[in-house]
Parts: sequence; C-alpha cells; structure tokens
Amino acid sequence: MASKKQRKKLGSEHLMRIIDLCESVEERGLDPFLVEVDDVLAVVREYFPDWELPEELCLDAEAVHKLASVIKLQSDWIKRRSTSLYTDPFLLEEKIRKLGGEKLGTMFLRCWHPIVELEQISSHSLAEAIKYWQELLPLRERWLDFPTQERAIGATTREELIGQRILVGKAFSEDLHVLWEELKHRVDEEGKIRYWEFVEADTYAETIKRAFITSFLVTYGYANLEVHRLEEEMYLKPFDEPVPFLEKRQVTSLPVSISFDEWKKLREANQG
Amino acid sequence: MKRKAYYTRKVKQATHLLFYKHHRKPGVKGWELKKQLGSDYPKVLDILDGYLKSLDLQVKTVFDEETPVEKPTRKQLDRARFFITLRGDVAPKEAKMMGWRIDDIAGLAIAISYILAKKGQAPRDEVEDLLRNKLPGWRVDVNMNRYIRSGYLAEGENKKLYLDWRTRAEVDQKTLIDLLLGAEEQ
Repeated sequence: MASKKQRKKLGSEHLMRIIDLCESVEERGLDPFLVEVDDVLAVVREYFPDWELPEELCLDAEAVHKLASVIKLQSDWIKRRSTSLYTDPFLLEEKIRKLGGEKLGTMFLRCWHPIVELEQISSHSLAEAIKYWQELLPLRERWLDFPTQERAIGATTREELIGQRILVGKAFSEDLHVLWEELKHRVDEEGKIRYWEFVEADTYAETIKRAFITSFLVTYGYANLEVHRLEEEMYLKPFDEPVPFLEKRQVTSLPVSISFDEWKKLREANQG
Repeated sequence: MKRKAYYTRKVKQATHLLFYKHHRKPGVKGWELKKQLGSDYPKVLDILDGYLKSLDLQVKTVFDEETPVEKPTRKQLDRARFFITLRGDVAPKEAKMMGWRIDDIAGLAIAISYILAKKGQAPRDEVEDLLRNKLPGWRVDVNMNRYIRSGYLAEGENKKLYLDWRTRAEVDQKTLIDLLLGAEEQ
C-alpha cells in the first residue's frame, strides 16, 4: 500500500515537471523541440493506470493538454521553416553580394507594384483659388506698420512682471511635477484617464493651462497619450518614471484645439 | 436598378478617394473609407478592383500587422491602408519612364533584400557598404536619402534601417526572396 502511495507521489511530481517544462517553452518562446514528446508520453502512459481520484486525472489531462500545445508549436516551427518566407540570412546575403546590379534591378521589377497616385487641379479648386486671390490684400496693405506709443523708461519689480504674466510665480518644472502627480492619482484601475476629463477645469484659462502643461507631460515622457480614432477618444497614461524622448519608438505630433464654446460644452456635459 | 445605381455612385467616390492624394502619404485608411462610403466599403472596393483588373491595376490592402492577414476582421480592415497599385510587373523600359534608373532600382532591391535577410533591420553603414561596391559614393548617399524620403526605408535609432510603409504596399517580399534564392550568380 505504501509503495502505491509513493508511486503516486512520484508520478504526480513527474507530471508537474512535464507541465512546468511545457509552460516554460510556451511562455518564454524556447525551442519547442527541447521537449522529447515520445519520452514525455511514455511517462504519462506509465502512471496513467495508477490515477483514481478526479484531481489525479485532472493533472494527467493537464499534462496531455500542455504537451499538445508544445506539439502545435513544433508543427508551426516546421511549417514556417518549410515555407520560402523563412530563408537562411547568410545564403541570402551571399546571393545579394554576388548578383550583378542590373540583374537584381530586373528581378526587383518582377515583384514591384508601384502605387498609382495623382495630383490634379480641378476647375472647382481653380475657381476657389481665384476667388481667394481676388480677396487677398496686397502685401503693402497687410504689412502696415503697427502704431507704437512712446513710453518713458523705468524700473519694474518681479511681482509686477508676475502680475502682468510676463514671469510665472512657480518654476515650470514644478507645475509639470504637480500635474504629473495629480495624473498618477486620478487614473482608473487600467492606469489611464480620459484626456478631456483630466484637462477640464473651472475656468477656460485654467483648462488651457492644464492642456498646455499636459502636452509637455507627454512630450517629455512623463505620460503617454493614447488616441482611439474610431471611438474619437483620447486617454492619458502616466509612467512611473519619465521615459526619455529617444526611447519612444514612434513619435507623432497631435494638435488638440480647445475653443471657448467647446470648453463650455465640455463643462456642461461633464457637469450634467 | 436602385442598388446598381448606389454601387456605381460609391465606386466613383472610391475611385476619387483612392487615386488622388489627400494626405502626405498616398492611400486611404479603412476608417476613412467607412466614413465616406459607408460600412459596406469592402464590397465597393471589390467591385472597383474588378473594374481595375482590365487596366492592370488593383486595390491593395496593407494591414497594420507585420505578418500577412488571410481573413481580416472588420477592425483590422478599418485600421488598414488601401492603395491603387499596378497589378502586373513593370518592364525595365517603363521603369525608366517613371523616373527610375536601373541602378537606382537595383540599389533599392539590394537594400530591401539585405534588410529582409537581416530579419527586418540592418545598420545603415552595412547597407551603404553593399551599395558602394557597385555604385559611386555620392550616388549611394543620394539614393539612400531618396529611398527613405519616398517611404521605402525608415531610419530608426542607432542608424538602423527598417522597411517602411511603401515597401509593404508595393513590394511582394516573398516573390523577391524566391527570385533571389533561385537566381544564378554571375
């Protein structure tokens, strides 16, 4: 009786090891041929008559299921290697070095299907352009000198400049960090927040200021802006640590306009 | 009759959208076509493709995904970019008329094949060295910049070259590799 118990224990350990091996091949992208299918099947077959309890049978089924996944990976590997999409890079490089330029060019023409693209002016756009030209003021009229007033020279204080919004009270980097912290606190469980929900403030000026600083949060790598075009929605996702500009794979500019009317509508929508 | 008139109108609209450049890049995104032509835009494009066949042109779909998509989902189609391309291949004489010298095309072929051989990315210096074997130095620089500007190649960090959107749209990469492997060396 004791030996049967020991055998069962040994069998379960073997199956657990098989499951672990198959999982690591699947998850870490290891070579699927590391798993010797015949050997593994022999082990599974050897212990199968000993299983009686449902959990033991479940463990056996799981081992077989994991093994099937590895066999699928092996099959995919063979399929990929056997198609011409997989080529030995060295062989290809050798061919490129040895082929003549003209021959390569002629060969390329057989698999090149250039895009057809046209640029043509239409009578409608021509008429629009003429209308615009007629309404356009001459340069000398457009570039009239701005009237200037003569002012006496005097001294000013830092407080006056802050009042006139020529200088800011706090350093910009400080504002940036404050908003970054706020963003990190306001995100949902997915770690993001709707862009408009975040930038919206009690006044139009404050909203513009928040949008302005937010744009720097994204540019300087403190946060990411996800644009869902089909849903016409944008989300902000803060990073725990700033990601340097160069580490981002693809960087694009995205203009976001906020008119006073839009802000009012946004405010009404969010409050309603 | 009503249905036929509907699709005739939609095909005309699709022709305007696809042939004329609307953005910096040619082609139209699936979601733009959906907005302009309605949700049955794949059917409109099928009809247009049928018409274009006799003109040796085709509607080409380039998906966001790197690997070819056999049965695209609606979402994949909406994210894809659609172009009008030549259906058949280009004769060397025609290429000259399109503003491409045979050695410019050979240079492009070498750059694309080398990047493919290096599993999708190769240092710019290595590609330039390959081209310098058979092209004068000044021409290599001009050509490389032209390939990048046109969207055939993209230059990433550390001066690494990748295949860009135009190569994915215009070049049948599988055929190119088959031809290269089957070619007899000089």
